[in-house]
Amino acid sequence: MKKVGVLSLQGDFAAHGAALEHAGAEPVYVRERAQLAQIDGLVIPGGESTTMLKLLRYEGLFDDLAEFGLRKPMFGTCAGAILMAREVSHPSQESLGLVDIAVERNGYGRQIDSRVVEIDTTENFQQRTAPGKLEAVFIRAPIIRRITGSVERASVNVLARFAGDPVLIEQGPHLVATFHPELTSDSRVHELFLRKL
Amino acid sequence: MANIGIIEAIMAKVSIPVMAKARIGHFMEARILEALGVDYIDESEVLTPADEEHHIAKTAFRVPFVCGARNLGEALRRIAEGATMIRTKGEAGSGNIVEAVRHIRTIVKEMRHLTILGKEELLHEAKNLQAPLELVEWVAEHGRLPVPNFSAGGIATPADAALVMQLGAEAVFVGSGIFKSSDPAARANAIVKAAKNYNNPEKLLEASRELGDAMPGLDISKMAESELMQTRGW
Repeated sequence: MKKVGVLSLQGDFAAHGAALEHAGAEPVYVRERAQLAQIDGLVIPGGESTTMLKLLRYEGLFDDLAEFGLRKPMFGTCAGAILMAREVSHPSQESLGLVDIAVERNGYGRQIDSRVVEIDTTENFQQRTAPGKLEAVFIRAPIIRRITGSVERASVNVLARFAGDPVLIEQGPHLVATFHPELTSDSRVHELFLRKL
Repeated sequence: MANIGIIEAIMAKVSIPVMAKARIGHFMEARILEALGVDYIDESEVLTPADEEHHIAKTAFRVPFVCGARNLGEALRRIAEGATMIRTKGEAGSGNIVEAVRHIRTIVKEMRHLTILGKEELLHEAKNLQAPLELVEWVAEHGRLPVPNFSAGGIATPADAALVMQLGAEAVFVGSGIFKSSDPAARANAIVKAAKNYNNPEKLLEASRELGDAMPGLDISKMAESELMQTRGW
């Protein structure tokens, strides 16, 4: 069984652990550098990205994650998407730069604008997983404003959009969702990530 | 409810979620805070209650609420009204952890008790707890609250935060413990680190170093019941 790390400094790491188990992987709750050697891929969960970033710096894990992302697949949801992005605005903050997207924090509004919606996925996503709409939970979600582009990396592939904006994308080994697939019973997004390992 | 200008200034300044307090039962203060766009409302006993019988009917709101509780019955009544987060009341502003410990211990013990009861006993227990049967049954099946369970009211040190996390809190609220200390910024930082590292004594030691004086604690046993905030709400 694949061992998948879940960064467990803050946020809904427990929900990701349960979703990974449901999708057929063994979760490892990563709090220390040494655990990175034991895992095949890493999930950065939803939570509060400023807090997570501060704790990453405090634990001295920031550079380790940037380096891990060059070798192994990573999957970020919501705050995780912000940490994995190339550019972050509103306000701007440091990020790992593992996927070539520019995100705006809280781009869909504050807590009161949070919502659960059904979204269409691309044929590519459905062929690799299963057909059907995807339930997407947006909580103070970031919005992907643009794909920044890169010459030396695989191109960014959009797997789902909401109201015209990308909400689920992949680039090479990495997967990013601005919503929370870990909070629904539909395990297709986690299954897709496991296939990348 | 605090001065709106101050809440707005805070919302404009920080990128993290902002929670504001409404008085117990004051649903129009809550409507104003919702219109302002705060991220959460704390229907809080720290402010004098606006209604001596009723809490806010929170299911009617889009903004999520947190409410205080001293025991499982109180927690489940608040959840039935629509609270999406619960925090132990402790004794706010006391700098003394004893009440927060009492309340989290009580809630955890009462939940554990439910998990060993049979169906007919749960009916009786719902009556004792003055809480809806379906919530009592949910807790009996899962052994936890159906919403996040926080600890608040008297947390003043990194060790306090780690203690209540050990006792079953999923997160901690700290107010005067930070703002009435001699070193608010450093203390806030240290308490966040302690909540994250509550299982790691070396990290807790590191977080506890280089802190000044905690806020002076009050001896709650010497306070009159009428002075206590935790007795507000029902």
